[in-house]
Amino acid sequence: MEVEAFKRLYPLPFYERYLDSSVRPDGRPLGRARPTSVSLGAVSTADGSALVKIGNTTMLAGVKLEVMVPSQETPDQGSITVDFQMPPICSPLVRPGRPVEAASVISEQLSNVLTSSELVNLSELCIAPGKAAWMAYLDVYCLDADGSLLDTALLASVAALAHLQLPAVSVSEEGRVYPVSSSTSGDVSMEGAETSIKVKGNSISPRRRLKLGAAPFALTCMVHKKHLLADPCAEEETLLQCSITITMNQMGRLVSFYKPGGAVPATTAIVKECISLARRRAREVQQILKEALEDHIESPSLMQTD
Amino acid sequence: MAGEALSRPDGRAGNQIRPLVCTRSLLSRADGSAQWSQENTTVLAAVYGPKSVTGKKENPEYASLEVIWKPKSGLSGKFEKEAELIVKRSLESIILAALYPNLGISIILQVINDDGSLLACAMNAACAALVDAGIPLSGLIAAVSCGVTVNNEVVLDLLKSEEQKNVAHVCLVFPSQPVSVVLELPSNVDEKPEKQGFITCVMRGAMDVDQYLTCVDQGRAASAEIAKFLRKSLGQSQVWALLSFLL
Repeated sequence: MEVEAFKRLYPLPFYERYLDSSVRPDGRPLGRARPTSVSLGAVSTADGSALVKIGNTTMLAGVKLEVMVPSQETPDQGSITVDFQMPPICSPLVRPGRPVEAASVISEQLSNVLTSSELVNLSELCIAPGKAAWMAYLDVYCLDADGSLLDTALLASVAALAHLQLPAVSVSEEGRVYPVSSSTSGDVSMEGAETSIKVKGNSISPRRRLKLGAAPFALTCMVHKKHLLADPCAEEETLLQCSITITMNQMGRLVSFYKPGGAVPATTAIVKECISLARRRAREVQQILKEALEDHIESPSLMQTD
Repeated sequence: MAGEALSRPDGRAGNQIRPLVCTRSLLSRADGSAQWSQENTTVLAAVYGPKSVTGKKENPEYASLEVIWKPKSGLSGKFEKEAELIVKRSLESIILAALYPNLGISIILQVINDDGSLLACAMNAACAALVDAGIPLSGLIAAVSCGVTVNNEVVLDLLKSEEQKNVAHVCLVFPSQPVSVVLELPSNVDEKPEKQGFITCVMRGAMDVDQYLTCVDQGRAASAEIAKFLRKSLGQSQVWALLSFLL
């Protein structure tokens, strides 16, 4: 009871006592992230989806495809629209009505990271150059906001895009796009290495997975005095104030280094330590994602959609 | 280096920033205002406050800070929201907000023209406007943008065309602590000027870790120059204000 009172009255000194002995109240060492899980295909109506949990933070990402006419400047490219939502269910700080500031900031960061990392080659989304292309709507919903939102949202987006399958369609001469039933598309994809085959004047593009570039993974760290805490929960984020989010791709290239102010200036020592933590975390998360993808492909019954 | 000079559209060397212009007290109704230009990139900043605020903004311990970013044209979108938050968080680290509990300070940033390095320009304008408004600060900040070209060169203070063409660019904000005349003050021993850390960093595009560290070093050197300019410009107008008062 006294400990509880101390925590409520002096939350910061309470935390600092833990930090001084290099441990956190939830038992984690300072540099360790919370347990992470990825499950693919959580939304059966979406073309690609994923449910990701990092500790309690839960994000649901879904990709919905639509056919569009590509713009004049980029006739052989599709496009991706990213939307990040924080509904009132995720946190007591969110009220219905006006969207919270954090949501638009994370949304902007998320689309920035996805473009910077060149994860999706937009020409991959082309169906028929100049006539038709895929418009992918990537929607990320936050179900439980318990810190490190960008990390989780990014992992969910990457997982959903990795799970995405472009459906088999046929394109007529005028550029009209028709869905192809799964049986014929099966034959076509069996037949050839060619990506499009002419049938009765219509070119058919088979059902296929999206080829992805080097996937980016983010890690948020909180800086407090001389301590560096990886993957903070919501409580740590509000208490310690100064955060750094680093995004690295699997090749070890820096995709984003985001530090929005804060009391502690990031010295070269802090920068290097954060980068090495982020690099280690990227490898860890990549392994988790890879396992999730392998599990998913091994159980093909789940793959049957539409 | 001569080779680098040729690679930039306006003929600057890689480590050269554009000429800076800082004009203060342009607006009569604002408590402080400043216009900051880096050649064709111009931002006008106005500061209102400390003034009374109501509702959720009121904090019994600190003055609340509000930043409003107005784009050159059109409505504010997500980019503006993000920029507002970045400017707000960066300035919070220098404003002595504890001196004005229950009050609020508003900073309005109006983009007049954008020719690259917009966020850095806005940050500098906001800092100059805060000084003009007489808000107590613990120090100044100096912001600079830095990019990596396709030829892996590091260049400072990017133009709009360079931002679009380059592999990656980053906006860095460095603190500039006041020069102290009191000997007893604890000097930041572990933070020598050449090792000083940055307050804010926002990055677009991907680069290698080594390139990033070079950017930070170059940005730090440039920010020292910008801070020097800001101090000089602030000092100058103080002399003018004093002269006009005496005459």
